[in-house]
Amino acid sequence: MAKLRTRKHAVVLNRSVGGDVGINTFLILMGAFMFLPMLYTLMQSLKPLDELWAFPPRFYVTSPTLKNFGDLFRLMGTSWVPFSRYIFNTILIAVGGTFGNLMLGSMAAYALAKIKFPGRGWMFQMVVLSLMFNATVAGIANFIIMSALGWVDTYLAIIIPAWGSTLGLYLMKQFMESSVSDAVLESARLDGASEFYTFWKIAMPMVKPAWLTLIVYSFQGLWNSGASIYVYSEELKTFNYAIGQILAGGIVRAGAGAASTVVMMAVPIAVFVISQSNIIETMASSGMKD
Amino acid sequence: MSENTAAKEVKRPTARKDMTMAQWTLKEMKRNKVAYVMIAPFFLIFTTFTVVPVILSLALSFTTFNMLEMPDFIFMDNYIRLFLDDDIFITAVQNTLIFAAITGPVSYILSFVIAWFINELAPKMRAFVTLIFYSPSISGAVYMIWGVIFSGDTYGYVNGMLINLGFITEPIQFFQNATYVMPLCIVVALWTSLGTAFLSFIAGLQIVDRSLYEAGAVDGVKNRWQELWYITLPSMKEQLMFGAVMSITGSFGFGGIVTALAGFPSVDYCAWTIQHHLEDYGGQRFEVGYASAIATVLFAMMFGCNIVIKKLLAKVGQ
Repeated sequence: MAKLRTRKHAVVLNRSVGGDVGINTFLILMGAFMFLPMLYTLMQSLKPLDELWAFPPRFYVTSPTLKNFGDLFRLMGTSWVPFSRYIFNTILIAVGGTFGNLMLGSMAAYALAKIKFPGRGWMFQMVVLSLMFNATVAGIANFIIMSALGWVDTYLAIIIPAWGSTLGLYLMKQFMESSVSDAVLESARLDGASEFYTFWKIAMPMVKPAWLTLIVYSFQGLWNSGASIYVYSEELKTFNYAIGQILAGGIVRAGAGAASTVVMMAVPIAVFVISQSNIIETMASSGMKD
Repeated sequence: MSENTAAKEVKRPTARKDMTMAQWTLKEMKRNKVAYVMIAPFFLIFTTFTVVPVILSLALSFTTFNMLEMPDFIFMDNYIRLFLDDDIFITAVQNTLIFAAITGPVSYILSFVIAWFINELAPKMRAFVTLIFYSPSISGAVYMIWGVIFSGDTYGYVNGMLINLGFITEPIQFFQNATYVMPLCIVVALWTSLGTAFLSFIAGLQIVDRSLYEAGAVDGVKNRWQELWYITLPSMKEQLMFGAVMSITGSFGFGGIVTALAGFPSVDYCAWTIQHHLEDYGGQRFEVGYASAIATVLFAMMFGCNIVIKKLLAKVGQ
C-alpha cells in the first residue's frame, strides 16, 4: 500500500500533497467567484449614498447603514397596491402550491414505489421524461388551457399547476424505494391496514427527509416566481415581481434595489441552511436507472 | 408456490397458464384499484398542464391560430417560414446551441469536480462550502448584481477599476456591446448553475462504499485520480445520469438571465435565444401557431439532447 495519511474524520488513502494543494487552490478560486458577488450584493445594500456613487468604486463598505432598507420599506409604502398584498400573494402561492404538491406528489410516489400495479412503469417513465424539458415550451399552450378553464388572472393559474410538478415526486419515489422496506408494509397489509393507512401512517413517517426536500424545492420555485403570463392584475402579483419593479427603477433606487435583493435571497438561503442535511440524504437516492 | 404469492408477482404473467395476458392485467388492475385512486389526482394535473400542452403545441404548430379566429391547417408552412425566412430565428438557434453547449457540460463537470473535491472535508466544513457554491442558484434575482459589477458607467465596479488603473479612459458598455454580451451572460448563467445536479453528486459521493476504496488501495490504486476513474465514477452512475438530465434541461433555460442583464431584445440580437423568440411571438404578437412551432423546435432540442446524452452515458463502462 502506498502512502496512508489520516485526517481527523477519516482515513484517507493515496493522497499526494501536490494534489491537495492544487485542489484547495481551485476550490478557493471557485469559492471566491461564487461568493464575492453575493458578498458584494450585501455590501451594496449597506452602503450610504456617497459610497454607492464613489469613484473609484470600493468593494467594502466603510460606514455601513441600514438606510437602504428603510428606503425600501418607504418605497413599498408608495406602491399602488399595498405592499403587504404582494407579500400575502407570495405566501399564499408558495404555501398553497407546496402543500398540494406534497400531498398529491407523495401519494402518487407511494403508489409508484410500493404498489405493483399494471402501468406503473410507463407512468414513472413519463415523470422522468418530463424532467427533460422545462416549462417554457408549454407556456403558450398552457395559456390556452387556462383560458378554457377560466383561470386566467386568478391564483389558481399559479397554484394548481404547481401541484403537478414532477421533480419532488421523482425524488420522493426514489427515496421511498430505497428506504421504506416492503416487509414492513406487507405485514401491515396482512394485518388488514388499507393502502391509505400504510401510506400515511407507515411510509410517510419514514421519509421525512424527502418531505422536506419536496417542500424546499416547491417553496423555492414558487417564492422566486415573478411575473406570470397567466396573471395581469396588479393585486395578484408576487413579492418577487414587486422587487423586480423596484430594481427596474434604476439609478435612484440602486441602494434600495440591493436591499430588496438581500431580502429576497435571505429566505431561500435560510431555508436551505436549515434543511441541508435532509436534502443531501434525499439526494443520495436521486439516481436515475436507465 | 401458492396461488396467492404467484399473483403478487407482477412481472410473471407466464406463471399463470389459466388466463390470457389481458385477463391477467385486468385482474391485477382490479386488485390494485386503490393505486389508481392514489395517483389519479397528481396525474390529472400533470397531464393537463404538462402533457396536453406539449401535444397541443405540436398540433397548433401546423396551423395559423391567433387566439381570435379559427385556426387554418397549413401543414409545414410555419416550420418552412422559421427555417427559411426568419433570420432572427436562425440567430436564436445558434445562440441557444452555443449557450447550451457551453453551460451544460461546464456546469455538469464543475458540479461533479467541486462535489468530489469537497467530499473529503470535515462534515461541518463541507456543509458550509456546499452552501457557498449552491446559494447563487436558489437566490432568485441576485444575479442582477452582475449588472452592477459590469455596469456601463464609471460607477460599475469593473469599469471603475479599469479606468482607475489606466487601462481604459472611457467606460465600456458591457451589456450594450455585442462582443461582451454572450460571454458575460454565459459566465452569469454558470454562476447560477450549481443546482440540483451538484447536490445529487455530493450525496452520491457520500454513499460510495468505503470498503471499495480500501480494497482498491490494496489492489494497487495509486492515487486519487485512479480511485476516481476505477471506483468512484462506476459507483455513481445513477447520480451521474440524473445530474446530466438536470444540467442539460437547465442549460436551455437561461433566457431570463439574458433578458434581465442585456435587455429584450439584446443589442443586435447578439444573445437572442429560442426562448426569447418564443416569448416575442407567443407573449407579445399572439401568433400562436407560429410560436407553437418555435416551442416544438425548442422541445425537440431539449428532449433530443437529453435522450442522446442519456444513451451515451448508459454505454460508458459497459
